[in-house]
Amino acid sequence: MTAEPTPTVAADGSGDVLRVEHISKRFGAVRALNDVNLHLVQGEVLGLLGDNGAGKSTLIKIMCGFQIPTAGRIVLEGQEITLKSVDHARSLGIDTVFQDLALINELTVYHNMFLNRERTRFSLLNNRSMRRTAKEQLERIGVDLPSVDAEVAKLSGGQRQAIAVARAVTSNAKVLLLDEPLAAMGAKEGAMILELVKDLKRQGQVSIIMIMHNYGQALEVCDRINLLQHGEITFDKLAKDTSVQELNDIVIEEYRRALAEREKSA
Amino acid sequence: MSEITERSPQAVSPAGEPPAKRVPGPLRSALNLLARQREATVFVVAVVLLLYFGIKYNSTFVSQTNLANLLSETGSPIMIIAIGEVFLLICGEIDLSVGFVYTFAPFLMHYLIDFYHVPVVPAIIISLLFGLLVGAANGFLTVTMGLPSFITTLGTGFILLGLTLTTSHAYPATIPTSAVGIGRWIGAAPWSQFIWAVALTAIFYVVLTRTKWGLYTIATGGNQLGARESGIKTGRIKYGNFMLCATLGALVGLQNAFYTNTIDPSAGGFQPMFYAVTAAVIGGTAMLGGQGTILGAFLGSIVLATLLNGLNVAGISANPLDIILGAAILLAMIVNVRLARLRAAGRN
Repeated sequence: MTAEPTPTVAADGSGDVLRVEHISKRFGAVRALNDVNLHLVQGEVLGLLGDNGAGKSTLIKIMCGFQIPTAGRIVLEGQEITLKSVDHARSLGIDTVFQDLALINELTVYHNMFLNRERTRFSLLNNRSMRRTAKEQLERIGVDLPSVDAEVAKLSGGQRQAIAVARAVTSNAKVLLLDEPLAAMGAKEGAMILELVKDLKRQGQVSIIMIMHNYGQALEVCDRINLLQHGEITFDKLAKDTSVQELNDIVIEEYRRALAEREKSA
Repeated sequence: MSEITERSPQAVSPAGEPPAKRVPGPLRSALNLLARQREATVFVVAVVLLLYFGIKYNSTFVSQTNLANLLSETGSPIMIIAIGEVFLLICGEIDLSVGFVYTFAPFLMHYLIDFYHVPVVPAIIISLLFGLLVGAANGFLTVTMGLPSFITTLGTGFILLGLTLTTSHAYPATIPTSAVGIGRWIGAAPWSQFIWAVALTAIFYVVLTRTKWGLYTIATGGNQLGARESGIKTGRIKYGNFMLCATLGALVGLQNAFYTNTIDPSAGGFQPMFYAVTAAVIGGTAMLGGQGTILGAFLGSIVLATLLNGLNVAGISANPLDIILGAAILLAMIVNVRLARLRAAGRN
């Protein structure tokens, strides 16, 4: 690959909130990730780009504790951690919004926001407290909803995404992993989510890794861009040092190379 | 019944008929309530049925003996088993074996007391725990081994039936004399089954609507992957609900044995289970998971028991009774489905 990985912080990684080192993942004979190294600087938004099947979702699932890597280690705030489950990762401050959003259609907005972190009194759900806090938190991060009592099934795609993000943010996450938050979203709703991410960046309490497809949107909201291709990180640059053109060129070159290879072998 | 069906087209139309000033306040708000509360439909059906039989067969139907028969003997087993089925249906499973736990539990108590000289109270507790064990087995086969619960519980149900018939040689047994006293509390006294049913309904109504367990049960059935991604242990939820359902089956089996004063290998079986599932579904519980109501199942049980009892009081013989019962179930469901659509439309 043409691009050299460019370090953005001190070589010792002291500014990193999260480091992923030499991670590999195999599913039987399929090698989904191969010696992936990735780091996330405190307070930044890192865009993770790459083709379908490049391993982006697998990488997210490893970082959030949903899957266990075949090899490699994860370092959170200088401490090596072994993630046992999503719950475990969450308790350590790594929270994830999955592509499917993991929302329960049949439950209200506030029950979804507090799912698996419910507030109770005498072991009964404290609905009043959860409802109030959910309302406050949605207002604070600027999400506009008709009512926190609405069943999630009745909301639009953007509203559902916003609830999922709000849920992750309000759990006091240090690291937020967003798996294609803009997938299948209209322009207006996409803009709402981008604004939400920018607001979070401004508030500066959470560092974010976002999987994205649209280079323009990625450069608009991210501080730094990583490119994942066939299970490896092949590109690491600050957003201000690259362009849609450059990213396009790399991907097209890769596409041509794969095509040529296939023709050769055919 | 007919009153409901006449009303429902009117209930469907308000969106279509623009200002609708003719509809007076109380009727409009009653329609709104019907449309909003899942349980409201089945409540109305239950009230209409009770009024119909109450007025038509006044003295026979409203007598204390008959009401005890309706609510306690006929209704309570349905109500109690329906609680377990509602929890299972909500989390996306079903238990077809519960009626065979019902059959075997009193035999187990009888064996323990009469053959193994276990004191009465431990024997009853072990019989209930046996339900817990069957539930755990159903959970293991479904959750851990990955069988569909329809098949799992069909299999365990037949095993339990065979176990009952083999160990009892298909002969009924009598209640051990030492257990008769405590039996009054469990189910022999005229209203005791109903008191149990009301208490259990109240408890599990709270469990479903106000506790984490209830919330996670809904989440498991509504979006299992999402629930797991949120860190909910969906397997554990399913295990627990299988165990709940089978234990309730054991309780009802003991109650029935004490009430009828005999331990009968032909008691239980598929029928109480089907009645319970029917009651749950009439009450507004979805067969596909994610949605359900304990109160609805309780009212659905009253609807079923009223039909069973009322048609009996009306002197309809046992053979055509099932035709009417089946038709009534379908009618109740049609009303339910229409109102559910109305509910969905009303919220958008």
